[in-house]
This record gives sequence, structure tokens and C-alpha cells, in this order.
Amino acid sequence: MRVWTFFASHRAEIFDATIAHLLLVLVSMAIAILVGVPLGMMLVKRRRFRALALGFASVMQTIPSLALFGFLIPLPFLGGIGTRTAVIALVLYALLPILRNTVVGLTNLDPAVLEAAEAMGMTEMQILVKVRFPLGLSVILAGVRTATVITIGVATIAAAIGAGGLGTFIFRGVAMVNDAVILAGAIPAALLALAADAALGLLERRMKVV
Amino acid sequence: MSAKQEERGEVTIEFRDVEYQIFGNSREPILSHISQKIRQREILVLLGRSGSGKTTLLRLINGLLKPTSGDVYVNGHAVAEGDPIRLRRGIGYVIQEAGLFPHYTVAENVGLVPALEDWEKNRISARVEEMMHLVGLEPREYAQRKPRELSGGQRQRVGVARALAADPPILLMDEPFGALDPVTRAELQREFAQLARRIAKTIVFVTHDLREALRLGSRIVMLQAGKIVADARPEEFLKIDHPEVRAFAASFEMAHGASP
Repeated sequence: MRVWTFFASHRAEIFDATIAHLLLVLVSMAIAILVGVPLGMMLVKRRRFRALALGFASVMQTIPSLALFGFLIPLPFLGGIGTRTAVIALVLYALLPILRNTVVGLTNLDPAVLEAAEAMGMTEMQILVKVRFPLGLSVILAGVRTATVITIGVATIAAAIGAGGLGTFIFRGVAMVNDAVILAGAIPAALLALAADAALGLLERRMKVV
Repeated sequence: MSAKQEERGEVTIEFRDVEYQIFGNSREPILSHISQKIRQREILVLLGRSGSGKTTLLRLINGLLKPTSGDVYVNGHAVAEGDPIRLRRGIGYVIQEAGLFPHYTVAENVGLVPALEDWEKNRISARVEEMMHLVGLEPREYAQRKPRELSGGQRQRVGVARALAADPPILLMDEPFGALDPVTRAELQREFAQLARRIAKTIVFVTHDLREALRLGSRIVMLQAGKIVADARPEEFLKIDHPEVRAFAASFEMAHGASP
């Protein structure tokens, strides 16, 4: 009951935090997609850099999120306290699933289709845009979906460096040893993650070429 | 060698002492000392076992592979020096798995090269219709289907239509009927034999099936371990006294109970 009374009395605050959280995720995801998808496209024909870039993204993913936020704070320009640092950390996190799925989606295609495309006299660019991309789109979207769900979760920790969002309630609740306050952050975050997963899953299936 | 063919037609494709080897591989080259002239309107069948180098030889013609040494000429121009995109737009290509674009309709697949060549829309659709009739697919029924809604034989028909759509003078075919069931396969072979005579193109056809070679070829070149070991017109091919030809002939007789 305490949970509901807390929810009821802090409606506006929870709503604002949810919007802030969503913005943090959207901005981070937009940047991660704008970096990850073109980078993945460039790696299609550059096998050596592929291992390097995927390795970098994997390393980023292994750093515990709280530690990554901590590492970024002392950095000049990129770091500091606040939203900007949080966005950078979230982008680094989201990069791996997007980059990996882009590379897999664009390369793991029927070799007969690629051979035919080349033999018909399509240029590299035409093959990328007209064949690889449409056929790999659902796999790329699967990466975006994974990254979005991860980012919604990790973004709660961004409150630790003053980026706001639903994590604010979680950290406050932990400090106050108050479950109701923790849940005021955790429940909306979980609902956001579920909604994003369902919506992107739908989009992914629609883009699938059998 | 191919004495009978020497006088007729201009040379369309020529191999001059071509060798192909995978870089850094110390084993025997995949192709060695290949010299061969293919004349206009020939239907040259490259016959051989798996791994004999016949597909490699085919892919050297449209520049999908580059020779380690030696030169390949198409219409008098060295393949290595020209623009591979231009070259390929003028060479039709049909492969065993068809390689149709699964996200394109049949009509879009057939019209691919004309669209790449920036033909006008009306001209493309007229050409697509013509090509579909040519390979025996009723446009009204099949044009808007996706490749997954076709049978294996129909997919191969679309593959042939796509290869011919921009009216290329050369057609390369890599075991185009190899993955089909025997009945469909014989049907398509029969139809293609007629089609090939009508379209009057230079055709290079890869197969490991002697019966198909005899049925379709105007000349048969046999490859063994990357070398040409026999070269004759179908009527004379079975008379050649080379162990590899005999081996093919023997397995053929075993399968069919009599000499063809």
C-alpha cells in the first residue's frame, strides 16, 4: 500500500523523471545508431578493421556501467558530471549490439545472391544499398532492440553522475532504505523496457525478408 | 584440339596461357596452362568432376576471379584492364542456386540489369514480359510473385530470364539445372537446348553431367585437375581415348544401360 500512496503523491515527479529517462535513452540510441550502422557498413569490406572495431565495442560492454560512468567523469571535454557524460557512456554501451548486428546482418547473406548481384554488374555501393541493407535490416533492428533494452536499464545508473531520470528514485530509495521509492524508479523503467522491446520486435518482424 | 571450329565465327572469349592459384597456397594450381578460344555463337560446355576447375574458369570470364598469370580477353579487351561493371552488364550469368533477390518480385529480378542500365520504365516492363514469355512463365501469373513462391524449376527460369534481359552477347551458366529433380531438369534442358539455338549467343555452360553436355553443347571441353584434357564436338567426344573421357563415358553407360 505504501508503494501506491507514494506513486499517487509523486505522480508528476515520476512522470517527469520518466520523460527525462526516455529522452536520455532516445538521444543515446540515436547517436549509437548514427555511429554504429554506418560504421558496420564500412566494415563489410574491411575484414581487418572489423575485428578491431568489434573488439573495442566488446571491451566497452565488459566494463561495469557504474565504473564506466566513473571513468568518464575526470575526462576533459567528454567527461564531467551530468547528462552529456551519461549519453557518452550509454552510446558506448549501445554500440556493441548495433555494430555487431549490422555487420552480421550485412554479411551473413546467401552467397548465391551476393554472387549474382556482383555478376549482374552491380557496384559495391549498389550491392550495399539495394541488396545487403534490405536483406539485413531485420537483423540490424534486432541489434537496435537489444541495445535499447540495455540502455533503458543502464540509464537508471546514470543518475549516479547527476543525469537525472528514473535512477534518481532508485538511488534515493536505496539511500533511504525505502522500497516504495526504489519501485517508483524501477517499475516505470521496466515498463519502458518491455514496451520498447515489444514495439521494436514488431518492427523487426515486419522488415524480415523470408 | 578443336580443328572443326577454327574457321567459323569471330573469337569472343580467349584465354591465353591462364593460370589460377589461390595466393599463399603451395598446392597444385586450380587452373594451369589454359589456352582456349571461344567463338561467337558457340555453346561451349565445360565438363569435369567437382574440383576440376570448371567453375573457376567460368568466373575468370566476367572478372569475378582474376588469373594469377596469363590473360583473359572478352571481345578483344583484356578483362583485367577494363571496367568490371561494364563488362558484367554485357555478360549474362546463371548459377545453380539461381541467386534471385528474395526481396524483389519476379519482374524486378528479371528487370534488374535493364534498371541498372537506366532503361525507361515502359521499356523495362515490356522487356520483362518478353523475357518471361521466352522462358515459359506467364507474366500475369508470376510477375508479382516473390522467389520463395516459386518452385525450383521456376526459379531457374527466372534466373535465365534475368541473365538475358539486357540482351548480352555472352551467357555464362554454372550448373544451372544441377539442383533440380531429374524430371524438371530434363524438361529445362530440352527447352533450353531450343532456346539456346534461337537466341544465338555465345554460351559457356559448366556441368558435370555428360548427358547434359552432349545434349546442349556445340563443343565440349573437358577439364581434369585444372588442365584441358579433351576438346571436341559432341559427335566425336565419346570417341576420344583419354582415361577421363572414358571414365565419364563408363559411368554414363552404367547409369543408362546403353551407350547414348
